Amino acid sequence: MADTIDVAATDETSQKLRYYQKGTFTVGNRLVDAAARTVQASEERSNALTSGHRACQGCGEALGARYALDTAMRATGGRLIAVNATGCLEVFTTPYPETSWQLPWMHSLFGNAAAVATGVAAALRVKGKSDVRVIAQGGDGGTTDIGFQCLSGMFERNDDVLYICYDNEGYMNTGVQRSSATPPAARTATTPAVGEEPGNVFGTGKFVPRIAVAHRIPYVATATVADLHDLERKVTKAMAIRGARYLQIDVPCPLGWGAASHDTIRLARLAVETGFYPIFEAEHGRVTGVRKIRDPRPVADYLRPQKRFAHLFRAGHEDPRVARLQAMCDANIEEYGLVDDETTG
Amino acid sequence: MAHPFAITLDVGSSLANRTGSWRNVRPDYVHRLPPCNDACPAGEDIQGWLAEAEAGDYEAAWRSLTRNNPLPAIMGRVCYHPCEGACNRARIDATVGINSVERFLGDLALEKGWRFAPPAQESGKRVLVIGAGPSGLSAAYHLRRLGHAVTIREAGPMVGGMMRFGIPKYRLPREVIDGEVARIAAMGVEIVCDAKVDNIAGAMKEGGFDAAFLAVGAHIARRAYIPAGGAAKVLDAVSVLRSMEGEEKPLLGRRVVVYGGGNTAIDVARTAKRLGAEEALIVYRRTRDHMPAHDFEVEEALEEGVMMKWLSTIKNVEAGSITVEKMVLDETGFPQPTGEFETLEADSVVLALGQDVDLSLLDGVPGLRIEDGVVRVGPDMMTGAPGIFAGGDMVPSERTVTVAVGHGKQAARHIDAWLRGEIWAPPPRNEIATFDKLNTWYYGEAPATVRPVLDLVRRTSSFDEVVKGLDETNAVFEARRCLSCGNCFECDNCYGVCPDNAVKKLGPGKGFAFDYEYCKGCGVCAQECPCGAIAMVPEEL
Repeated sequence: MADTIDVAATDETSQKLRYYQKGTFTVGNRLVDAAARTVQASEERSNALTSGHRACQGCGEALGARYALDTAMRATGGRLIAVNATGCLEVFTTPYPETSWQLPWMHSLFGNAAAVATGVAAALRVKGKSDVRVIAQGGDGGTTDIGFQCLSGMFERNDDVLYICYDNEGYMNTGVQRSSATPPAARTATTPAVGEEPGNVFGTGKFVPRIAVAHRIPYVATATVADLHDLERKVTKAMAIRGARYLQIDVPCPLGWGAASHDTIRLARLAVETGFYPIFEAEHGRVTGVRKIRDPRPVADYLRPQKRFAHLFRAGHEDPRVARLQAMCDANIEEYGLVDDETTG
Repeated sequence: MAHPFAITLDVGSSLANRTGSWRNVRPDYVHRLPPCNDACPAGEDIQGWLAEAEAGDYEAAWRSLTRNNPLPAIMGRVCYHPCEGACNRARIDATVGINSVERFLGDLALEKGWRFAPPAQESGKRVLVIGAGPSGLSAAYHLRRLGHAVTIREAGPMVGGMMRFGIPKYRLPREVIDGEVARIAAMGVEIVCDAKVDNIAGAMKEGGFDAAFLAVGAHIARRAYIPAGGAAKVLDAVSVLRSMEGEEKPLLGRRVVVYGGGNTAIDVARTAKRLGAEEALIVYRRTRDHMPAHDFEVEEALEEGVMMKWLSTIKNVEAGSITVEKMVLDETGFPQPTGEFETLEADSVVLALGQDVDLSLLDGVPGLRIEDGVVRVGPDMMTGAPGIFAGGDMVPSERTVTVAVGHGKQAARHIDAWLRGEIWAPPPRNEIATFDKLNTWYYGEAPATVRPVLDLVRRTSSFDEVVKGLDETNAVFEARRCLSCGNCFECDNCYGVCPDNAVKKLGPGKGFAFDYEYCKGCGVCAQECPCGAIAMVPEEL
């Protein structure tokens, strides 16, 4: 269960990358050693999720899944099995008789991905195949609502599974309904932008990464498709750990969020830079690291490009809920220490 | 095919599903024109050579640079770098120090003795270049590269023109001029000094030249009528600076007044300081923001103790003193006299009021047109006389070394085409890579590397070079600050961010290609391209 990642080596890599003023944050860079580039920069990446899938244009989930699984494939030398919950990711990749998956992949029910993965891990243990690793994955609906009991069970038993939740903040596949990961004020099919309190109500929902931390499992992290270096580092780190691990990736949904298809990564970046989506990691119940905000932005910058928040920005109308959302961001910034205090440097 | 138990169908791959048919806009790799390249009067591919420098291949960078400009060590010192004024990086932290990297490459080339390759083939044509200043040297170099036999005839005793006789040593050491000119001569360009041409047609006929390029510059000091007493010492800037190159240094006295607001005025004032003047005072009729001199030179001069008297015109010069009249600017920014006078002590007055072209050698050339004291040329740099081209300070232009070098290159291309009975058409210019085309999130913060500036005390007492060069460590740092505006630098972003794996990586130096079989046209690649090298274009339906 020991954390075998060489933290010193990763620090050295990021230091070296900082030297390159051009492309410090890019996927690759022709001027750095191949080892210091991302998995996605490599022509040898496994493309675990290949072309021809039926996700919408600019799908954040398709991108996040390939990012995570390609990294895990490299970390495990291709000895990897994925178990998928029902959801967009399952539907758009496997319309019978086609599949986009280029690794052993299994789907059972909406809510039981964590339990099935537990079973796969147990079977591998019985067969003595300790080198084959297991990932369970699903959307926020299959994770934070329907699959939550199985997930909590997998955590408390400390089963050797990395569970990845691709969080697009709603049931997008079935027509954009609210989930317990839908943010306040967001318009969905079940929280229409009408009435006294249009959109999703404040004071509801849950942030599962903190619940995972409360299970004191070996590793919990959040990530986004906007920071590939951070995401890959976390997946690599997770695959070097045995036991229950949880990774939640913010994956913007152009359809469900009412955003332009080309803005997928931009919105994920704004979610981080506004403090809307805190990026942190925790080990054995304690937060051990946060990704600092590089270019602080007001939450309105994140909300405006999304039609699900359009009712907050009607002409000549200053909606007080924008301030409430800003207060949520400010609370995240304070709680996780996302901005360095200028005076203490 | 035998199937395992309970399995009846083969697994099909989603690759059978050509999602490219969903697309109504398509991404295209494009080359946009970087603002630095757009601004360069010498037409350098700055972004191109910086890309080679940042990879550490300095010789390739120098060769790439010198395809357009044969004088990088000179240019890295005296160019007013309009490229840096246009640099998109200024909007992030500070402009890329293009000029300092250029100088680093130029100096390295001199140190390593890199040479230009002689032309692969001789054209059999002969071209006469008159004047060995920057435009003449540039034209000669480019013509020679194109295979023509070139002779430069220079009226003065040494090559360099205004670079030698107009720019002080502390800005441009003479061995740099000699080194870069020797390299051009080594390509087979014949350079003859003390060989003034009085009769162009005759000289062409005599030497069997097929074409000529006139680049005699403008070195006759413009005078203004100022009543002066008999013992008053009034000199002109051109002869002061020229005499700095001879044995006898000019005698300017303890208090020197320089009249004018251009770069030459600054050069003279700083030179006077170095010659031991206690006081060097620039008198200019307007204010600092109206001065034609470049601001960084004004700043350097002020640091060295040069004084400025704004809004003043000289009315009278006597031995040991001058009388100035105070001016005010009217609403159009033009100075108007006030009738208030003041007397200042001055041992000498140097007029730096601009220069005119010596037109005497142009007499008797049929078809040549002269207007406002300069030679008219067409868009092809040809004068009214067939086969006789002109450039540099003698044609209407901004009079800088860089513009002159650009003229030389342009003229060489037109002359080459003209010699073959053709017309050279410049290639179409790409759309400019403006700041809004970039995604600057991907660039790390990196402030500019400041060139070390000679200690103030030393620089006012000597003619040592004021601005020092970069060393290799900070030159490569500086080169890597380039954003590569409008041109792919192989960061792999498009390859990484495509949700559909529809970008193919072709290998180092080869870039990428879109797989339109699967590209859905989402546009994430274009949005996340740091340098604006992807354009989204509508599909024809």
